[in-house]
Amino acid sequence: MSSKDGIGKVLGVALALCVVCSVVVSTAAVQLKPAQEVNKTRDLKRNILQAAGLYDASQSVESQFESISTRVVDLRTGRFTDELDPASFDQRAASKDASSSAELEDDQDLAKISRREHYSLVYLVENSGSIEKIILPVRGYGLWSTLYGFVALESDANTVVGLGFYQHGETPGLGGEVDNPRWKAFWPGKQVYRDGDVEIALAKGAVDPASADAPWRVDGLSGATLTSRGVTNLVQFWLGEDGFQPFLTNLKAGEA
Amino acid sequence: MSKFKDTVISPIFDNNPIALQILGICSALAVTSSMQVTVVMCIALTLVTAFSNLFISLIRNAIPSSIRIIVQMIIIASLVIVVDQVLKAVAYEISKQLSVFVGLIITNCIVMGRAEAYAMKNPPIPSFFDGIGNGLGYSVVLLAVGFVRELFGAGKLFGIEILPLVTEGGWYNPNGLLLLPPSAFFLIGIFIWVLRSVKPAQVEEPEYSIAKHTVAKEGV
Repeated sequence: MSSKDGIGKVLGVALALCVVCSVVVSTAAVQLKPAQEVNKTRDLKRNILQAAGLYDASQSVESQFESISTRVVDLRTGRFTDELDPASFDQRAASKDASSSAELEDDQDLAKISRREHYSLVYLVENSGSIEKIILPVRGYGLWSTLYGFVALESDANTVVGLGFYQHGETPGLGGEVDNPRWKAFWPGKQVYRDGDVEIALAKGAVDPASADAPWRVDGLSGATLTSRGVTNLVQFWLGEDGFQPFLTNLKAGEA
Repeated sequence: MSKFKDTVISPIFDNNPIALQILGICSALAVTSSMQVTVVMCIALTLVTAFSNLFISLIRNAIPSSIRIIVQMIIIASLVIVVDQVLKAVAYEISKQLSVFVGLIITNCIVMGRAEAYAMKNPPIPSFFDGIGNGLGYSVVLLAVGFVRELFGAGKLFGIEILPLVTEGGWYNPNGLLLLPPSAFFLIGIFIWVLRSVKPAQVEEPEYSIAKHTVAKEGV
């Protein structure tokens, strides 16, 4: 047995290698972090713009995003709040923190998110003082993963402008078709509420334009029943009583 | 110099890691549905193979044989994490599409295979070129598969429309199967078939020969 295989040598090599590699990896991670954060924020902003149908690939995301104002809404009262700074508010962290979120009962928890935060960000497209579009963050469980996305509504707080998900882990080609622009094109113009209740849902298969329910129905994703059900649930939850409905009602009455 | 040329060129057709050694098939199925993603994956894998070969070869005389596989894994894994971080910083969109597959370079058999088979026994410079050569061999197959899949599956190359699709007012009806991973199996199979017809030396000896057909005897 050569000295190369002695126990001291084995430990020494392993230790030295681990130290060198961890220095390399952590240096890379720390050095590249700012650039990665910029990319992440830009991706989020692009998705907000896309949901609102405002995205123009030829212009920079930052300059387009200037027309959108970010506010914080207290979901318990359904009104804007100035207690939190929208720039630094981390909604995903807040939804996991017991002090800034509340547990949902099983029958409330349509979207299977188990906790709902007290505060949520909303994005508004304003034109000379009046609100043109309202963009709301939504999330909920599909088949494999939580889908994170945005729903954009017209100023009547009832007509859909668009919907898009920026993060999910659904099966590519089946549930992953939530990213397909042709499917997303079914959403604009659909109605959310009927007689004060959330009615919008994904249909099984294609929607018959002649049916009485057609304005509230969107084509389901073929081969992805559970993802389709998840999308219906998350949209219904976030636009419902436990989501943004009180806020939207207040907004329409001019009391938000 | 001709030796270096050999180490780089021979893995491309004569000793192709995918076609002859049948390594690294899994990522060849997953990331070849569009050319852009394929190219990034090829560059990432070539760099990781080359540099892991280089570093492993540099310390090959110091690596105790009892822990050599783990040592190789640590070096490969560190390189892959660095590549993943760089991609997230400079090519965020593509890194989102590649998602887990960059991380899975760690388990790509080509990288480990070359480290164990070549870098452990050869000096650093030839090892580096061996890594480049095998990375290129992998890339040739991936690019060929990606080319066919994107062109005939989506009518595009690098996202630019080549064959106008029926759904967008053109004449080409895309073959949806090509966008699904199994189609890469057929394409790699065809690639291997063509390669072995051109270079019959690559055809393996049959392991078994089928027994002759016997006629059943009646009334014995």
